[in-house]
Amino acid sequence: MKFNNRLGLALFIVFVLVLAGCSSNSNKGSATNAPSSQPADAATDEPAKLPRVAFVYIGPPGDGGWTFEHDNGRKYMEEKLGIKADTVENVPESADAERVITELAQNHDIIFTTSFGYMDQTLNVAKKFPKVKFMHVAGYKTADNMGNYFGKNYEASYLSGIAAGKMTKSNIIGYVGAFPIPEVIYNINAFALGIQSVNPDAKVNVVWSNTWYDPTTERQAAISLLDKGADVLLAYQDSPATLQAAAERGALAGGNDSDMTRYAPEAYLTNPTWNWGPYYTKVVQSVIDGTWKSEQYSGSLADEMVGLAPLGSSIPDDVKKLVEDAKAKVLNGELNVFSGPITDAAGAVKVEEGKTMTLEDILVMDWFVKGVEGTIPKN
Amino acid sequence: MELITQLLVAAVSSGTPLLIATLGGILIERSGIIQLGAEGLMLMGAVIACITYLNTGSLGITIAATFAISAVLGVIHAFLCVTLRANQIVSGLAMTLFGAGLSAYLGKSIAGQPVTGAVPKLDLPWLEPIPVVGSMFAHLDLFTWLSFLLVIGMHLYIHRTSWGLHLRAIGDNPPTADVMGLRVQTLRYSYVIAGSMLIGLAGADMLLVYSPTWIEGLTAGRGWIAVALIIFARWNPVRALFCAYFFGALDTLGFRIQLIGSDIPSYFLKMIPYIVTILVLMFLGWRNRNKPSGAPEALGSPYIREQRF
Repeated sequence: MKFNNRLGLALFIVFVLVLAGCSSNSNKGSATNAPSSQPADAATDEPAKLPRVAFVYIGPPGDGGWTFEHDNGRKYMEEKLGIKADTVENVPESADAERVITELAQNHDIIFTTSFGYMDQTLNVAKKFPKVKFMHVAGYKTADNMGNYFGKNYEASYLSGIAAGKMTKSNIIGYVGAFPIPEVIYNINAFALGIQSVNPDAKVNVVWSNTWYDPTTERQAAISLLDKGADVLLAYQDSPATLQAAAERGALAGGNDSDMTRYAPEAYLTNPTWNWGPYYTKVVQSVIDGTWKSEQYSGSLADEMVGLAPLGSSIPDDVKKLVEDAKAKVLNGELNVFSGPITDAAGAVKVEEGKTMTLEDILVMDWFVKGVEGTIPKN
Repeated sequence: MELITQLLVAAVSSGTPLLIATLGGILIERSGIIQLGAEGLMLMGAVIACITYLNTGSLGITIAATFAISAVLGVIHAFLCVTLRANQIVSGLAMTLFGAGLSAYLGKSIAGQPVTGAVPKLDLPWLEPIPVVGSMFAHLDLFTWLSFLLVIGMHLYIHRTSWGLHLRAIGDNPPTADVMGLRVQTLRYSYVIAGSMLIGLAGADMLLVYSPTWIEGLTAGRGWIAVALIIFARWNPVRALFCAYFFGALDTLGFRIQLIGSDIPSYFLKMIPYIVTILVLMFLGWRNRNKPSGAPEALGSPYIREQRF
């Protein structure tokens, strides 16, 4: 009897250890692979000294959106420069991120941290590793060895709004927002302004999912908007869950970050897209050349870091034309998304006629324009 | 009125995976084995369903594969708990960690790929005229109907058949059951395996119907809610139905409150299901403080023939 108990316990411990091995391998596979290639580099420290590049991802590259596009950018850069970069996926925006970035900083020259929520962690690690260069996306804090980069994706959100405003029949348009932060808020506002430029009666209903990437939650948020009568949805989320939910109900929708046509061609509206490859190539090249400097880079439709996905198959040609015309106007500077008069949801004038908002003002936006229905939690 | 219907539809669609998992848990725990591995089993069921469906496109093969992998995990749990008499709580927790890790590993290649149209919806237009619930019942998917049948079937099985009596006997008093001539160990093995298969099916339902894209940690704690639901339902399949839909409704309520235009921060709304879990547990504990909890009396204790308790 006693023997049996002991045997059981021993077998059990072995079982647990085997499992623990499985789970940690699967999560860190790409991170732990990285150091093993280092000694070779260190031993042959002469030839060319290609920088060691690492990317930190918030989700898996298979998310079909945000991380997918960063991973495409990485592949583009690798091909152009002949560098193999290391990646770590599914890193939460918590103390975990700081641990991961610290680990990477020990044997890399430049690290791209590709989520807004990594800002403070990246800055902390940047202070500890002054020789390593850090590039953080979408943030506003910088250091001598930490730059940031993002793009004026609100230009494309405005264009998506034109299509949405034309296509809605119920005049209720839904928006699934990830977090109530400026990046999402100014995109919602730009979207609403685009809608109002063609359809002043349409309203935008906003729900917050409080997650960048959780298809189940995103889907519930989308369904609650559809239940409220929305017939066109846009989602500032990393997955195509909103588009999939809309397709099931016969509504139109767009996602974010990437061309999502393949998930539901019939139900697809359009959405802003990212093209990071050329920028990543440029940054890594500047590290190779030794000319890298901390900067705050803001791409746009003009330099094609920001794009607009092709409009879906059920969007009529006259709407496509309207969007194209507006895009041309944005490109030649005739149309500025945040030019007055703009009033906020309560009716107060925020931008006077004839004035335009500066980029600094846009990047801290914490109010909705008129026609947006939703709440922004006050901190 | 429409609002109630919409909430009902949402409650049923997010409650169905919870319901199936709870039913599986009840089957296992009724035989006297604690079941804490639901989260891991659901994740494994979901990832296997996703891989199989994307590769074969056949719902039958998908369900068979899900059943097969869940049965294997069930055998492991039963081997540890019944044969080796290991601590059932630890074995369940190991199952959860194992399922989470292995499913993440297996799902790497298919993460983000959409799974559409896997489970057919049964359109029954003659149900439409029924007020409130008619439009809901007219368009339910196959798995939801299956879950209704499971509730009725399990209720009749546990309370109306001699096999059900045997099941209750091995869960409440295995020595007596043994004396009666029941093979306690064999029966426990069977129920752990059958229950695990149901929990795996719940994971498949979650992936194929509810959230048709695999991501790491797809279930996001719903397996644990299913574990809590076993206790709320007091090991009774019919009560499990209502408890599961109640939690399903809570899951979606947050967004609806946001849309009404309330000023409650969305962060707080997201906590609702978990806060309610605690409150309901407290309330039930207080209300039933003088009653038996409904738990099988030998739950958690391994049976060793001729050993005194």
